[in-house]
Amino acid sequence: MSRLGLPTMTLPPQLRGRPAKAVGVAVLVLFLYALPLLDLPIVTTPDSDFGGVLYTMATYVLVALGLNIVIGYAGLLDLGYVGFYAIGAYVTAVLGVQHGHWPYLLTIPVAVAVTMLSGVILGAPTLRVRGDYLAIVTLGFGEIIRLSAKNSDWLGGARGIQNVPKPPSVHLFDVPHLKWENGTVLVDVTNKTQAFVFGFVDYVPYYWMALTVVFIVLIADMLIKSSRVGRAWEATREDEDVAEVMGVPTFRYKLLAFAMGAFVGGLSGSISAAGANFIYPDSYQITVSVIFVAAVVIGGQGNRWGVMLGAALVVYLPERFRGLEEYRILMFGIALMLLATFRPQGLLPPRVTRRAKALERDLEDLETGEEPQEVTS
Amino acid sequence: MHPLALNFDFLFSNFSQLTVTGLALGAVYAMVALGYTMVYGVLQLINFAHSEVFMYGTFATLWTVYFMGGTARTSGFALARMLTVAMVIAMIVSALVALLLERVAYRPLLKRNSPQLMALISAIGASFVLSETMGLRDNITRWLGLNDNFSRYVSGARDTRGLPMDIQTHQLFPIGNYHVTNIDLIVICCALLMMLLLDQFVRRSRLGRGIRAVAQDPESAALMGVNSTRVVQLTFLLGGLMAGAAATLYMLRIGATRFDAGFILGVKAFTAAVMGGIGNLRGALVGGLVLGVAENWGSALVGTQWKDVVAFVLLVVILLFRPTGILGESLGKARV
Repeated sequence: MSRLGLPTMTLPPQLRGRPAKAVGVAVLVLFLYALPLLDLPIVTTPDSDFGGVLYTMATYVLVALGLNIVIGYAGLLDLGYVGFYAIGAYVTAVLGVQHGHWPYLLTIPVAVAVTMLSGVILGAPTLRVRGDYLAIVTLGFGEIIRLSAKNSDWLGGARGIQNVPKPPSVHLFDVPHLKWENGTVLVDVTNKTQAFVFGFVDYVPYYWMALTVVFIVLIADMLIKSSRVGRAWEATREDEDVAEVMGVPTFRYKLLAFAMGAFVGGLSGSISAAGANFIYPDSYQITVSVIFVAAVVIGGQGNRWGVMLGAALVVYLPERFRGLEEYRILMFGIALMLLATFRPQGLLPPRVTRRAKALERDLEDLETGEEPQEVTS
Repeated sequence: MHPLALNFDFLFSNFSQLTVTGLALGAVYAMVALGYTMVYGVLQLINFAHSEVFMYGTFATLWTVYFMGGTARTSGFALARMLTVAMVIAMIVSALVALLLERVAYRPLLKRNSPQLMALISAIGASFVLSETMGLRDNITRWLGLNDNFSRYVSGARDTRGLPMDIQTHQLFPIGNYHVTNIDLIVICCALLMMLLLDQFVRRSRLGRGIRAVAQDPESAALMGVNSTRVVQLTFLLGGLMAGAAATLYMLRIGATRFDAGFILGVKAFTAAVMGGIGNLRGALVGGLVLGVAENWGSALVGTQWKDVVAFVLLVVILLFRPTGILGESLGKARV
């Protein structure tokens, strides 16, 4: 057992035998859980409920982790990821209220199973066509899901589904929020979060739930990336033909990436539906897919920390500057263009890219006949 | 009605009407698809912002009609003249927007050798900027202090704005039980003519040879003295011209536009380009017409609310049987 009280096996390899780092990570994790209660000045969103914003951020981070498997690891451009997100949300809603009275937690496994299956059904025929075509085919898939939900009464039609089930509430204790006044910190006893009551007003428990799932998926992601499967994805992305020659069954691994991406997307959709109370088809438009892809690419496709940062920013910045409501999309567009021009590898490029760049610089130096510089990383 | 009840009666009794209007719609798709297909052929890039190039064309058409004093009573020869001028202006405006797009959103990235996906992100960003600029035009002119002069053009920036007149249709000749109208005929003939000109330009002219050379092998083309920057510019210019012409034809048929009108049409046009074989000019034509007609037939069969689903399912089916599209990819492969 490590000092975190977790079995050593669940610790990611980077932390094994490094207690100082493990403590640092534990502090960061605690800080993230406490974030909605701290109500930090500047950071918090003045015009919308900070707990709710954090909850949305956590679901987007989850989406980014899933989409990163598809885009970043396997190199497949998926413009219809919102389809999986929608399927996850709809399965939860359909089983929980529309055509059954399942408890929320039971709907999650069904939701991810259905989403994964739909990922395989979409992937099996389309992953054989050339990579570039995948973009339009997946985009079409996203639209088909939305329009099917919109046009069938069985799924609630355009009005969607009300009263999506919520996770079971267990009222254990109350946690007060903090209040900042002119540099002094006060404990605000009037504003308390009831721990683990999933209600309609306070989104902090939902945020905690989503954050917990993010950590679980993150650990799974680390284990998979450093396994044989992760290396197979990398090989497929870099050069499919070479990978195939080396004995990597590329199609099977691409399909696996698609299914795993779908799995996480469905999970995220299901979690987002819990807090949303009601879901409707037009909240799953192509633009949402586009924003998902933007989050992954601007964060740095292939780097899990980068894509998480990207997803968090994509949700956070528009909410933080809600005062500029009308100009939000315009600003978002300008930011994307600037970023594409000045940080073409994303905010946090994956280590492979950095290594490749250093190598490229070396080669260039060799070609120009100068002394090669020492490779630092 | 149950969603899967196929309404064959309706399809067969209106077969010729559905086909002719589908061809007219498909012709517009095809013209926008040309912009996607050419840029893809030369740069292997999905020009996500091309839909906005089209949208600016629709507004150029609308504003030209306003500017020339079009009213509800304008008709006949005056209207024809107005729309001809509008088409020229729309082509110019769309071409300028396309060139601006190339200059601002793509060239800096190409210079830095950015990854392909980053160019797509830049294109998505440019698309948002272009459509939101149009959607916020009243705020922008107010900010510049020009609102009074342009109120007719900029008011209701987020609403659908239409041509002031209802364009009268004349029935020309019957096909089956449908009388083909002058608008159907104008749209289809105009689109075919423009595409014929483009096709001949790319196949026969010196500049067209440059485009084909770069599409086939950019490095060898550069070694042979083709200025690839000019070729890319020319590609965007031609795509813009086609989108502008398509925009006027679209306004002729639909009569109204909005700041986000480009989006769904762009998606359809890109679908058409892929369906026909991306990078292939004739493929774009075939893809567009097939898509337009199939959408009409499909929505007659299963209901108009499933129109877009029909389009995408058709795309998947075609790609399953012909993975490179109906005519295959081929802008590069010179057929002398």
